Amino acid sequence: MPQEYKLLLKHVDAKGYSNDLECYERQGGYAALRQALAIAPAGDTTPQAQLRKSVLDSGLRGRGGAGFSCGLKWSFVRHPNPKPVYLICNADESEPGTFKDRQIIYKDPHQLIEGMIISCWANHVNLAYIYIRGEFTEGAKILNTALAEARAKGYLGKDILGSGHDLEIHVHRGAGAYICGEETGLIESLEGKRAYPRIKPPYFPAALGLYMCPTIVNNVETLCNVKHIVEMGAEAFTKLGTPNNTGTRLVSLSGDVKNPGYFEIETGKVTLGELIQNENFGGGLREGRNLQAVIPGGSSSKVLKAGETFKLGEDEIDLLDVPYDFDTLMKIGTMSGSGAIIVIDDSRDIVECLANLAEFYAHESCGQCTPCREGSLWMKKALHRMTHGEGRAEDADYLKHIAQNIQGRTICAFGEACAWPVLSFVEKFRDEFEAKTAVKK
Amino acid sequence: MSFTPSKNLQQEVAELISHYPDGESRSASLMVLHAIQDEAGYISAEAMQWAASEIGIKPLNLYELVTFYPMLREEPPGKFVLKVCRTLSCAMAGGKELHENLCDKLKLNPNTHGLQTTEDGKFSIEFAECLASCGTGPVMMCNDNFHEAVNEAKADKILEKCD
Ligand SMILES: Cc1cc2nc3c(=O)[nH]c(=O)nc-3n(C[C@H](O)[C@H](O)[C@H](O)COP(=O)(O)O)c2cc1C
Ligand code: SF4
Ligand code: FES
Repeated sequence: MPQEYKLLLKHVDAKGYSNDLECYERQGGYAALRQALAIAPAGDTTPQAQLRKSVLDSGLRGRGGAGFSCGLKWSFVRHPNPKPVYLICNADESEPGTFKDRQIIYKDPHQLIEGMIISCWANHVNLAYIYIRGEFTEGAKILNTALAEARAKGYLGKDILGSGHDLEIHVHRGAGAYICGEETGLIESLEGKRAYPRIKPPYFPAALGLYMCPTIVNNVETLCNVKHIVEMGAEAFTKLGTPNNTGTRLVSLSGDVKNPGYFEIETGKVTLGELIQNENFGGGLREGRNLQAVIPGGSSSKVLKAGETFKLGEDEIDLLDVPYDFDTLMKIGTMSGSGAIIVIDDSRDIVECLANLAEFYAHESCGQCTPCREGSLWMKKALHRMTHGEGRAEDADYLKHIAQNIQGRTICAFGEACAWPVLSFVEKFRDEFEAKTAVKK
Repeated sequence: MSFTPSKNLQQEVAELISHYPDGESRSASLMVLHAIQDEAGYISAEAMQWAASEIGIKPLNLYELVTFYPMLREEPPGKFVLKVCRTLSCAMAGGKELHENLCDKLKLNPNTHGLQTTEDGKFSIEFAECLASCGTGPVMMCNDNFHEAVNEAKADKILEKCD
């Protein structure tokens, strides 16, 4: 029977566990930080370089959406650096379907803070920010309280725990715009501007980020993992999950299952089918309903259709047998993104589902690029028409045409994020889209 | 009308500005606007003028934020602001019906998406995009508080508690 594997969520929801420092320390909190600060230089290799190497060796991949190697991203920053290096925790959590970072922020904030302090130490960062979505008002308060507790204990501030390293972390609140989750939009927003994503290159803020200084942006879950890598060692971390998909993954499951919720699994050790159907996870669909579609990695990922099969190496495997990890989801033409699975059963009008998402993207486009600004609006309007009895024969192709002209032609990956759902829904559910053509009177 | 910041607000703004490196106080803009809105309920032109001079930027630099970020408001809303999640997982769990039901109770237009306020100024309601609580839809916020799996009975209770 597939099980959860609780590494990051070990204490979240545990009986008697609270989000204050005392409780965190009682469970061994901040031991990993002490451990990290106590690393001795090995020949020419600084303790910090050893830590960074360890994160690289652990295989940790970013949990914010793109799944990029965390250690590799860190390696883009040169040391010693003539400029200050900044670290930003992306706590914007806004990808529709995703509600995992919130569990840590609200229920185990010190885990995140410890992961951040270690990451800052490893990357010679003296000033870091947590960029949290504006609606998490309570979450911001919880983080501020936790930061104050950490400061009082000497985990933050001048000369942390006698290491000679100074570090300050501040909370910065967003204000309701999805695009602040995109890392360069986030940086602009943190600089006090509209969250207009920056033109690439540079491809990584590691080169030019906050205040045109080298900047590391990592997701909440990614930074928490750093603490566990220190605690268990890179080697042990690679034994969790599957090769190239190491560690655990927080999965947000919503939509048409009996038991929606958040789960932690060893990456790739549980299949999509098990996540949806197993008693330990989604518990299956409601009585009398059948699976129609699965959005596997947040609303921006390409949809999967029930009954689809995929060729993986020699084997032809069913959608439900796909292991939930980064690489396999990519191989079958979609992505695990933010780890958010939305299940859609056969009672749903699939065109209406897409219309709902199209409205989200039209609302959230920052408006800098014409294809994205106009295209997202046209797609929304066409889908609105189709779901209100006024579809036209050419609408399916029209939607495809617009989406194809957005992807690859924009400043940021929001272009793909709004094009991919449309392209995949229309391709896989063409009949349903064509059925929306208004009957001529 | 002029804007008179409270002592608290003045202190908070000074503290917020200190969170950013020297010469980068513009970074405090969003946090300062939040602080103003938390105290006054909205951000007036006069408030922007005051805040801009505290931060050392032009009022326009703040105005362009207020018009970009959905949470920031130029007009005072009702005493209780209800935000109902509109996005897919919540819609599948009855988000639209929840919005409709609340609008009916408050005698507001269920077909209006944006912010609308009751005549007595007690309630405002609007749709919001995914509030990161999709496993327990339909989700809504009442001012800063999250409410999950809001059925009709629960919605009634939330309204009753607003006083
Ligand atoms: C439109 C868009 C929205 C995004 N939203 C988020 C978000 O809400 N949270 C997040 O952590 N990353 C988000 N990302 C990904 C970030 O740009 C960035 O890749 C991530 O924070 C890097 O952290 P990681 O390497 O630890 O995953 C978004 C990306 C795009 C293109
Ligand atoms: S792709 Fe869209 S969201 Fe991204 S920068 Fe362009 S207009 Fe803005
Ligand atoms: S869809 Fe409503 S909270 Fe995410």
